[in-house]
Amino acid sequence: MIRGSFIILLFYFLGELLSYLLGGFLPGSVIGMILLFLSLFFKLIQPEAVRAVATSITKNMALFFVPAAVGLMVYVDVVSNNFWAIFLGITISTLLTMFTVGFIQERMENRRNRNRNIK
Amino acid sequence: MDALIRSEIFLLMLVLGVFLFGVFLYKKTKITLLQPLLTSMLLLIPFLKWTNIDYDTFYQQTRILNFMLGPSVVALGFVLYEQIGHIKGNVLSILTAVFVGSFVGIVSVVLIAKWLGADALLMSSLAPKSVTTPIAISLAEKSGGVPALTATFVVICGIFGGMVGPVVLRRFGFKSSIAKGLAMGAASHAMGTARALEMGALEGAISGLAIGIMGIMTAFMIPVVEWLF
Repeated sequence: MIRGSFIILLFYFLGELLSYLLGGFLPGSVIGMILLFLSLFFKLIQPEAVRAVATSITKNMALFFVPAAVGLMVYVDVVSNNFWAIFLGITISTLLTMFTVGFIQERMENRRNRNRNIK
Repeated sequence: MDALIRSEIFLLMLVLGVFLFGVFLYKKTKITLLQPLLTSMLLLIPFLKWTNIDYDTFYQQTRILNFMLGPSVVALGFVLYEQIGHIKGNVLSILTAVFVGSFVGIVSVVLIAKWLGADALLMSSLAPKSVTTPIAISLAEKSGGVPALTATFVVICGIFGGMVGPVVLRRFGFKSSIAKGLAMGAASHAMGTARALEMGALEGAISGLAIGIMGIMTAFMIPVVEWLF
């Protein structure tokens, strides 16, 4: 548990450090995630070393959003004044994203399968 | 008494208790709308108003939970690694699909909101809506949005996509399990994944993978879109 926590914090710190050096282009936590993934992929780290900690903190991640989400109480006016912009923006954009991703993946997959059948 | 209610011990205990109740309610009713995060907000906000605890105090006392967002994003690297076996031979198509999807998602929400009169603060808070909350919050902070608004938008996006996703994907006529799972996760993060799991194990795993890739792509994409518009 301590070793796993140390590794996660180490990668978080390295991510923050790189983020700082890159001028804050990407959040440190996202860089830390990429670095952890690469280290596991290239077998610099054993998956077992982080498994227990990583699964336990990602399992109930929604809990960690509560303090930020409750902050909505400060912005009730912003939301009610912009209701349609928010509601239509989110719903239409979510459908478009879903369609685009599904469409491209399905098309590319089909084309590859066809090519394989021709060969 | 007042000091006790404002203490770290009480407020942390309250958040955990309310969240547990939310989880219980969600598991009992299986209603997609009853996300534990939403239940927690709906119970905590009136409580804070009633006891006259301002948001800054609440945030200070529960900041350890907020801190945990960072490590949990880092830990997603492990989750991504676990799912790597599912994408054999699909790397290029998955990356292309999520890349274009991320662009379409950000641009469409920003343009629609702008057209309906949203200001810059709101647009920056809306842009990362399809991404898992911890990443979305850090992206909003970086680009001048409001984390609290983003957290809410992410939940709305997740609930909406999770509810309509399976029906819509069937209507679109998608057959590939990978395409369906990828679309669910990329558009509606963890809530999309929860519904994708009901479609099948492969859909669920790919959807989980899509959350991570979408997060990374969007992190790169938001500065680009900001620069374009």
